[in-house]
Amino acid sequence: MLVQILAVTAMNLHSIRQRLGSAAVAVFNIAGVVVVFVAVLSIAEGLRNLGEAGDPDLALVLRAGSDTELTSGFYMQHVNAIAEAPAVARDQGEALASPELLVILNVPLRRNGIEAQVPLRGVLPVAFKVHRRLSIVAGRNFTPGRNEVIVGRAAQRHYAGLEVGSTIRSGPTRWDVVGVFEDDESAAEGEIWCDARVAQPVYNRNNSYQSVSVALTARSQFDTLKDALMTDPRLTVTVMRQSEYFAEQSRDLQRMVRGIGLVITGLLALGAVFAAVNTMYSAVAARTREIATLRALGFDGLAVAVSVLVEAVLLGAVGAGIGGALAWLSLDGFQTSTLNFQMFSQVAFRFAVTPVLLWQGLLCAVVLSLIGGALPALRAARLPVIEALREL
Amino acid sequence: MKFLPLVWRSLWRRKLRTVFTLLSVIVAFTLFGVLMAIRAGFSAGITVSGAERLVMLDKVSMINALPLRYRAQISAAPGVADVTNANWFGGIYQDPQNDFAKLAVDAASWLRVHPEFVVPETQKQSWLADRTGALVGVETARRFGWKIGDRIPVQGTIYRAADGRPWEFTIDAIYDSAEGAADRTQFFFHQAYLNEALAPGAYGRDEVTFFLIKVAEPRESEQVASRLDAMFDGATPQTRTATEKAFVSSFANQVGDIGALMLAISGAVLFAILMVIGNTMAEATRERTSELAVLKTLGFGDARIFALVLAESCVIALSGGGLGLLLAVAAIAFVGDPTSGMLPPVHLPAADVVRGLALIATLGVMAGLLPALRARQLRIVEALRSR
Repeated sequence: MLVQILAVTAMNLHSIRQRLGSAAVAVFNIAGVVVVFVAVLSIAEGLRNLGEAGDPDLALVLRAGSDTELTSGFYMQHVNAIAEAPAVARDQGEALASPELLVILNVPLRRNGIEAQVPLRGVLPVAFKVHRRLSIVAGRNFTPGRNEVIVGRAAQRHYAGLEVGSTIRSGPTRWDVVGVFEDDESAAEGEIWCDARVAQPVYNRNNSYQSVSVALTARSQFDTLKDALMTDPRLTVTVMRQSEYFAEQSRDLQRMVRGIGLVITGLLALGAVFAAVNTMYSAVAARTREIATLRALGFDGLAVAVSVLVEAVLLGAVGAGIGGALAWLSLDGFQTSTLNFQMFSQVAFRFAVTPVLLWQGLLCAVVLSLIGGALPALRAARLPVIEALREL
Repeated sequence: MKFLPLVWRSLWRRKLRTVFTLLSVIVAFTLFGVLMAIRAGFSAGITVSGAERLVMLDKVSMINALPLRYRAQISAAPGVADVTNANWFGGIYQDPQNDFAKLAVDAASWLRVHPEFVVPETQKQSWLADRTGALVGVETARRFGWKIGDRIPVQGTIYRAADGRPWEFTIDAIYDSAEGAADRTQFFFHQAYLNEALAPGAYGRDEVTFFLIKVAEPRESEQVASRLDAMFDGATPQTRTATEKAFVSSFANQVGDIGALMLAISGAVLFAILMVIGNTMAEATRERTSELAVLKTLGFGDARIFALVLAESCVIALSGGGLGLLLAVAAIAFVGDPTSGMLPPVHLPAADVVRGLALIATLGVMAGLLPALRARQLRIVEALRSR
């Protein structure tokens, strides 16, 4: 049986050369599905990576009931209470709890000059001990007490006028850009950072902050911190890991991208199945005599059917290869930013064509080809031998 | 016309191929319709009328508030016909996933400035009279199964009730819109209800997120906007005023590349697929060279043969494409937004339906033209000899 299948399949594949046109149609359609599938989902993967980029040693504290920093708020007494909690790392006696202020600035996008909402984060010196992965890669850090800012690598790439030495105007206030920082590809790289004490009066924030980032003594101590803060009568807070928070922030965007991606690829997939059916039917039709002859020689109907399916799957796999390669070459690592409605501001990220996505694309192609090949395979297996030969 | 049966017969010469080609065309045009609807969604209903409405925000950041006292100055300014105000409330109804915009507004002026809202008069009156009442879009009401009179708890995020409990609203009225592209998901309640619950000096107390200003003469929108900003130039906070259209499209532009990219890639693939379909359709006539020769022998003129072959591809394009567009319209109407509420109302603009029809005609003609020309020039003797 296996020998038969191999023999018939080999014969089929040899004859593809004569049916190059119709085979190309099937390959092409599958490639189209895979390109769109991988391309759209690489956007969602890129957004998801922002979550993964969170520092697992950091916890974020927000006011209870807030799901973003924008709607959260603390005063200094709350910050001090959080800093006293167990599991907060210390550096020479100083608690590594960083109160942070978030303001949204209007800065023009480089790509179209449109003013976008960009997060401006006000921090205290302790922030640079808490965000251990953050480092200045150009210029210098801001001097506390002055109207100076440092900008994330991605922010500098996406917004105009953030070069070291330039000035950002924000209403009557001016901020001098003095440095560029990176933070292990996290969402912070899309932000602008400044001294919280300078930003508070400028933006009417009195002595308030919006969130507190806490360095844990150890990754495993998260629950200790959480329990302590949740039971502290002075506080009503939500505690989460930084990575969880990042993941949560892009949830809606991911949902939107995936939703659109699934609708478009779903329709394309349907089209590809029809194309595959057409191709395989014409493949079977073109070989009616051969198949009938084989059957007459004693080849099993099943072997013929399987060979048709194998051909369909091979064509699909070639299509998936082309589509996947195209998407990977042109889109992997593509850097951009978009409006995150949850944060009310821009989020910078890069497309991620992951091996898992490529694998899913291939799987999808194989399934579509099998569906497309099923009917023609059935017809090939059921071909009435006598009639087919009579047509000779 | 009398040759329609002949065209019909030739089409069904190879049933399966025709069926699947037809199905491919249907799917391609359904996809076209859906893509165009998504595009319309991304451009965020820029079609929204709003030319005569201006949005005034804080100059520095749209999350900062403007003092409510500006309202008197705005309405006294020349060129201003009416003004209303709103506070972005945020808030969570049951689950953070249940997204819809909640705004605390000045009800009477809000309705005046939005003449496109369709609200039954009795509902309107009961909302205006009810301090904790809410006016909700028909789509949101349907989504959560709300009826007039229902009590709706919303957990505050930006604005917390003093005791930390959820805010309670009564659904007094449900609005629909006279415009196709309008947002029917919003939730409006009285700014007074919010204001009196806030402590003096708290964020939002006697403050608004934005003013919505109706100008007397839409052509002068830009001038009125700059005049208003100039008026508050010396004040704190300063303002930024733009047409509602510009405001919405700046949001759309901020979404940026990812929308454009998804559409560009899908569009390119769709275009290529149409070419492939065209090719398949063309191939179908190529096989029938000898049949066409026979028709010519029977006395069919060149022009008639040309028309016959062209008619075949046009029949497929028209029936498949037309059905595809219809399906797209139906899918958008019944299944709705594939982004589960992330994009503003997804609908298929009329201009895109026209584009789709043009594309259908192009497909029919392009796929049929070459084979039809070839059929016209067919030399009977050669065609029959090659058999």
